[in-house]
Amino acid sequence: MLKAIQVRVSQGTQYIPDPRRADPRGFRGAPLIAAGECATDCHACVDACATQAIELDPLRIDLGRCMLCGDCAAVCPSQRITFDSRYRIAATDRAQLVLSASHPEPDPITVSAALRARFGRSLKLRSVSAGGCNGCELEVNALANVNFDIGRYGIDFVASPRHADGLVVSGPLTRNMAQAVELCWAGMPEPKFVVAVGACAISGSPFDGADTLDRSFLDRIAPTLYVPGCPAHPLTMVCGLLDLLGIRT
Amino acid sequence: MIVADACGLVPTRDLVAQPLERMIADCANAMAGGDRLCSLFGRACAGDLLVTAILQQSRHGFAVLRGRAPAGSRYPSLTPQFPAAHLVERELFEQSGLTPDGHPWLKPLRFDGAQQGRMHTYPFFSVRGHDVHEVGVGPIHAGVIEPGHFRFMCHGERVLHLEIQLGYQHRGVETLLLQRPVRSLTPLVECIAGDSSIAYAWGHCTAIEALSGATLAPEAERVRGVALELERIAMHLATLAGLATDIAFLQGGSSYGRLRTAIINASMRSCGSRFGRGWLRPGGVRCGVDDLRRQDLLDTLAAFAHDIAEVNALMLGARSVRSRFRGTGKLSAKAARELGLVGLAARASGVAIDARADLAPMPYAERPLAVLVEEDGDCLARARLRMREIDESVRWLQQLLAAPAGVLADRASLAPIGPLRGDAIAIAMHEGCRGQVLHALETASDGTLLRYKVADPSASNWLGLALAMRDNDISDFPICNKSFDLSYCGNDL
Repeated sequence: MLKAIQVRVSQGTQYIPDPRRADPRGFRGAPLIAAGECATDCHACVDACATQAIELDPLRIDLGRCMLCGDCAAVCPSQRITFDSRYRIAATDRAQLVLSASHPEPDPITVSAALRARFGRSLKLRSVSAGGCNGCELEVNALANVNFDIGRYGIDFVASPRHADGLVVSGPLTRNMAQAVELCWAGMPEPKFVVAVGACAISGSPFDGADTLDRSFLDRIAPTLYVPGCPAHPLTMVCGLLDLLGIRT
Repeated sequence: MIVADACGLVPTRDLVAQPLERMIADCANAMAGGDRLCSLFGRACAGDLLVTAILQQSRHGFAVLRGRAPAGSRYPSLTPQFPAAHLVERELFEQSGLTPDGHPWLKPLRFDGAQQGRMHTYPFFSVRGHDVHEVGVGPIHAGVIEPGHFRFMCHGERVLHLEIQLGYQHRGVETLLLQRPVRSLTPLVECIAGDSSIAYAWGHCTAIEALSGATLAPEAERVRGVALELERIAMHLATLAGLATDIAFLQGGSSYGRLRTAIINASMRSCGSRFGRGWLRPGGVRCGVDDLRRQDLLDTLAAFAHDIAEVNALMLGARSVRSRFRGTGKLSAKAARELGLVGLAARASGVAIDARADLAPMPYAERPLAVLVEEDGDCLARARLRMREIDESVRWLQQLLAAPAGVLADRASLAPIGPLRGDAIAIAMHEGCRGQVLHALETASDGTLLRYKVADPSASNWLGLALAMRDNDISDFPICNKSFDLSYCGNDL
């Protein structure tokens, strides 16, 4: 017992005091698009992008597709694209995720009064991976570790859909998981909502267009919260949820 | 049979396609002589199917065999003689429709094509008898993990047999890799099994570099080694955290979890991503390890080495932990060898197989890493081996990072990638956290890709988990599963 206490003391305090003011040093987060003109007829960034996240005239990057890989920034001859460590990029409106020089990041999330009243002090989430590569799944898991410690805000991941208020979907939604996702959703009591975690869940991202996907669930049930990233950073998730529910830190 | 050159290249013009039966007989001969069958795959060619077998020769280098058969042909199965072939024959059957006569269990690997969404129609193996009952778990599990279905056939608490059904994660990766521009495939490759981004990206890069004849700076290959060992440490920690949590040793769970944070955040400071995404690209690395990052990594590892030693001692020192793990989920060396297990799961059963030593690519050729083995093949062996491999990776990293300046690329180092060579197969293999990841790319005469074959270590290992569960209690399953910690999407592709 004494040894256990000794180890605990020695491992130190690890939690992030305020996720809204964290400093994920080095994180390649949101792309920043500089104002100005592209080189004539240049589409190097579009060619470099693995997920067709970029459109030109004017230059726009869709965070709902973007893997934050940075390949576009590396090839841009005009240095119009840079990535910085901004992580508060979740949104409740899909259109907010399309960034441009005049819309450098998604607008701050408006607190949902209805969700806040219901879940502001206790939110139970059920995670379902439907083709997720274990990147987003590990990051969802990390929310519960001692660093991010989402439990301190009354948010927990639960084992059964019966106990869940929100469904956290990761992965591009494979056809082989379509039935299980439907069953899970049907098993959740009302009121309930969907959180799409990661570029795959939001748009299919690199898997978009594959004949192995069945995204009809998300076509019918629009997510309440979109959490971009590849994988989504735990800070993006936790801040998105805190902002949606108006939880103070 | 043609042996691949040092770059892993085989010119397909020299590769004579034999009748399929003949090729399978040659394959059997090679396997009887000690070669390992790593992959067996087909592609359509003028109404026929061209079948390619990739063999690893006595663990040094690769050889390729090619056969040809009309669509829908049958051939004598290799599996009765070499059980390790069960997987690649099932895969060939599912992908190309060639039937191995005498195969004991032609279950679809991932419910591809017309089988999509029809997982529920598959007839499971069933055990009959008084008091025998079945327990079905998944595809959605209690925790936050990938989906898969486990069907236990039990007598009381005792598991007689476990049948594993995968495929829920099937995204059609191999098809997509042919449809997308070859120059921007790496981000997709990085999420084939996204917790092994580095191992996957490295293999892809090696194959593309071989096909384009690019010469890589050794300084860049060393940075890739740094990236891969950081990934291995991080994933072993994720497993140890899960194992500790599954036996309610919560202090271990929390401590391994936070130690993993320290490692993946160090990766992030080096390359921008906690999973090493975007670090490797064909031609080299997009981020180097300059003096600042070098010192940062050394500081991180020094603090880490101290802290993990404490936690390991606490965990292994607890009698409750040892008693729960010892003897649970035992897999013999014989079974591991016969089933063709690879990576950590094989090494924990006494089979010394590790591509870092067997193939010794740069930088492992100049700085060898010890191949560690445990003999017992139980959960304790797999847990302890992860701890020892973490220590060995830390030692290796500290040595490499302490080398004089200039040994590691200190900035982006990307050799230009020219046009891809035509009529060739490029084979690349790297040892990820779970075992060897194989890429095989075949080009047409104009250099476009004809086939992109991926072989994940987990695919080879899932049956090992099923066998390890026999005669254990059903309540042992979570720790057995976690001790193997296999990838679902790596199997499902």
